[in-house]
Amino acid sequence: MSTRVTAPEEMRYEPVIGLEVHAELSTKSKMFCGCRNEFGAEPNTLVCPICLGMPGTLPVINARAVEYLCKTGIALGCSIASHSKFDRKNYFYPDMPKNYQISQYDMPLTTGGIVTLPSGKVIRLNRIHLEEDTGKNVHAGGRMAGAEYTLIDYNRAGVPLMEIVTEPDIASPEEAEAYLVQLKAVLSYLGVSDVKMHEGSLRCDANVSIRPVGSTVLGTKAEVKNMNSFRSVVSALRYEIERQEAALRKGERIVQETRNWDEGRKLTYSTRSKEQAHDYRYFPDPDLVPIALEQVTIDRWRGELPELPLAKRERFAARYGLGEYDAAILTEDSRTAEFFEAVVAASDEPKAAANWMLNDVPRALEKHSLTLATSPMKPAQLAALTHLVKTGGVSGKAAKEVCEVIVVEGKDPQAIIAERGLSQVSDERAIAQFVDDVVAANADSVASYKSGKTKALEFLVGQVMKASRGKANIELVRSTLQKRLG
Amino acid sequence: MKTGHEIREAIALKQRSALEVAQAALRDAQALEPQLSAYVRLTPERALARAQKIDDAIAAGKDPGPLAGIPVAVKDIFCVAAEITTAGSRILENFRSPYSATVVQKLEDAGAVIIGKTNMDEFAMGSSCENSAFFPTRNPWDTTRVPGGSSGGSASTVGAGTVPIALGTDTGGSIREPAAFCNVVGVKPTYGRVSRYGLIAFASSLDQAGPMTADVRDAAQTLEVIAGHDPLDSTSVDTAVPKYSTFLRSDLAGIRVGIVAEFEEQIGKSDQALAALYKAAYADLERLGAQLIDVRLPHARYGLATYYLIAPAECSSNLARYDGARYGCRVEDGGDVFAMFERTRAAGFGDEVKRRVILGTYALSAGYYDAYYGRAQKIRTLIKRDFDEAFATCDVIACPAVSCPPFELGAKTADPVAMYLMDYFTIPMSLAGVPALSVPAGYVRDLPVGLQIVAPAFEEAAMLGVAHAYEQATQHASKRTPLVAAGRAS
Repeated sequence: MSTRVTAPEEMRYEPVIGLEVHAELSTKSKMFCGCRNEFGAEPNTLVCPICLGMPGTLPVINARAVEYLCKTGIALGCSIASHSKFDRKNYFYPDMPKNYQISQYDMPLTTGGIVTLPSGKVIRLNRIHLEEDTGKNVHAGGRMAGAEYTLIDYNRAGVPLMEIVTEPDIASPEEAEAYLVQLKAVLSYLGVSDVKMHEGSLRCDANVSIRPVGSTVLGTKAEVKNMNSFRSVVSALRYEIERQEAALRKGERIVQETRNWDEGRKLTYSTRSKEQAHDYRYFPDPDLVPIALEQVTIDRWRGELPELPLAKRERFAARYGLGEYDAAILTEDSRTAEFFEAVVAASDEPKAAANWMLNDVPRALEKHSLTLATSPMKPAQLAALTHLVKTGGVSGKAAKEVCEVIVVEGKDPQAIIAERGLSQVSDERAIAQFVDDVVAANADSVASYKSGKTKALEFLVGQVMKASRGKANIELVRSTLQKRLG
Repeated sequence: MKTGHEIREAIALKQRSALEVAQAALRDAQALEPQLSAYVRLTPERALARAQKIDDAIAAGKDPGPLAGIPVAVKDIFCVAAEITTAGSRILENFRSPYSATVVQKLEDAGAVIIGKTNMDEFAMGSSCENSAFFPTRNPWDTTRVPGGSSGGSASTVGAGTVPIALGTDTGGSIREPAAFCNVVGVKPTYGRVSRYGLIAFASSLDQAGPMTADVRDAAQTLEVIAGHDPLDSTSVDTAVPKYSTFLRSDLAGIRVGIVAEFEEQIGKSDQALAALYKAAYADLERLGAQLIDVRLPHARYGLATYYLIAPAECSSNLARYDGARYGCRVEDGGDVFAMFERTRAAGFGDEVKRRVILGTYALSAGYYDAYYGRAQKIRTLIKRDFDEAFATCDVIACPAVSCPPFELGAKTADPVAMYLMDYFTIPMSLAGVPALSVPAGYVRDLPVGLQIVAPAFEEAAMLGVAHAYEQATQHASKRTPLVAAGRAS
């Protein structure tokens, strides 16, 4: 049997992906000065001589930022360096006031660590290091090339930023998304970052290459940037993998380069940056002294960690009898999990509480552009609603309307029901009247039910509900009808 | 010439008002400017307002501070709130600092009256003050000669007797060499003893601010004020500041003074008259009761090469911020922002600055880092160790501060390496981070030179004590009057 060389067009490829996540730390002040660390302020109002890199100024390390990063590292099973240091990354760019970025080169605060995906797959971390964010360039007329002028907002300059770098362990765009969801959940639980991709407090770059299935050699990678949501990460990675496959099938070579994701055109394009030619001339920042962390400090931080998403998910499934999927969704961010537990504590109805938290509440929040943080809803109100449904105080259908009002207005369900006349009709005489009317008006359906077509009963129940504007107690309607037609 | 402590006493006793003293200093500075060009800018409004405040405080019976009413000059490398601060460079020609350096704040809080910002080599890079982007400063003892550098303006104005105290900075000798050339006391404190916040950085791991003064007592009293931990400077060290002025000695009984074999060999190869002068100085120390001990600094001869990798490497990064985007000069002529950066830096920096930025950029480049910057750091450690070993057998080291007396303007400008060699005796102490000072040691062909006293880290008290005993016994500076000041009404 002769060996067969696989032609490029028949080759099957697999992607190899590594992610670099930049998360802004939600410390009160910036990394190296006392300026407030906030998003959305008027341009250049959160600045001082230090974060503007004025002559003679010096950086001072924000100890809280070191703590936040190390707590993240502890939560992700990283080893925390007892000795670490800051280095200068030198390059000229106008959003960087000193024309160097204070970062960490060869002695990051943490190394190693893992993120476990719901599938059980383990993504290894390479390192997490601490650095300062840059300012923001606003180009008049879009892209830098051809812009008439550029304005610079230095509010973000000097905001503490942690860079979380994975090993190239991610095998698909979907795995990349699952990794980001997990990572975001951990950061949100720790309260170390706002993790808002649309505000830039969570940013993600991807190193993507492909190789023939079964090969152990890494292909040439492209670095994909400018992905502004989890969805765009998935789309960009899918596009990039297909682009590289198509190129290899045509016999072309992959160029090592930086490519930007264009959300509008749904494609990546080469930035033609001389990124690879950059020599950042890293050297230890002589303005700062090395960081030495004692084991007792690390142990204290370990003791301060909250219950993490994975542990919470398992606990929710076991204690509340929830399915894996429901438990996973409820524990994705700590606020949802806390809210859910508060509802359960006030109602002792975990399944019902989970239903509300998984379906009607998120729907109402989205419809009204709210979040759990901005909605006035209180756990006790949702607990009261589950109680009203259970005891027949409100119909299931009307309860959905009540829920939406709770989400938007934060009122007690009893008040909403009274205001809107949504209380459930359980009065037998009133229901009997509705039933009489419906039976009289639907002789055909009554006849077909009597001839054995039990489905007709549900139609008649629906008619009664309609006549009562959804307020009739549906169980009572059904039993009254059965008795009447029996 | 009056010292700072004498002026302070006269003002406290209400013999003179701070306002009169400030006015006299400003007048004197103005009168001497045509000959010396010591100042980039005088600050009369600030000075007179501060002086008036001191007088008001004294009239109200309040403590006006340990330096109350003493006129001082500040090297133009220190940021002074609301004043223009140039670092001797075109690129900062119009830069007005929004804040004051910690040392400036401390001086003013202690009652000192800043009368002006002194000239310097651009970004403190130079040993003659000829690298100022604006004009060279001249030596008050011979105006055809340089005052030394980079703190040349501060040395010149103190040497002329206009002010008794000035602030300088020393990266490889920039306080000590000009102090020696202008016949004043110049102290480079231990690295970390004085805050660098607000001092425009040249080489961050070497820069230190220090006093340049009429006598050792003024230096001690100024250092008491400016030393100490600063939360704004992570490299400033949190150890108590001794009251240095209580450690000033009049004899050297029981003091072991190290004489560096390698330095004696080197000075013997240069100026014979200067070598003889230093021999006489050591003999003076011995006469005061000191025991002279031979010590060795075997790696000191690599100091210059080490320094000229580390300092340019750090400066190449420190000076990157001067790009025209936020402050200082900007040269626009079409093109993109990077073209603007290039034009601004090309026009804004002088030749010596460019030379060092290029050298430092090269030394940090991928593939060269280990061979240059990395190796230089290792040698720096060896030099530091040399000092540790030397100080195991002696309390202080006495050695030359300079390898020649003040030279004529232009004598070394064409040969950068000859200029770099001016710091041969001062660079090793900067690399080791140990404190060192220059104290007037007499005259070679009627030109002043200084004796260098070096101490272990944070032993400024011992260093100043020895310098004081030597100064009081020899009175070199007070024996003669500088040329420019001769005939001035005091």
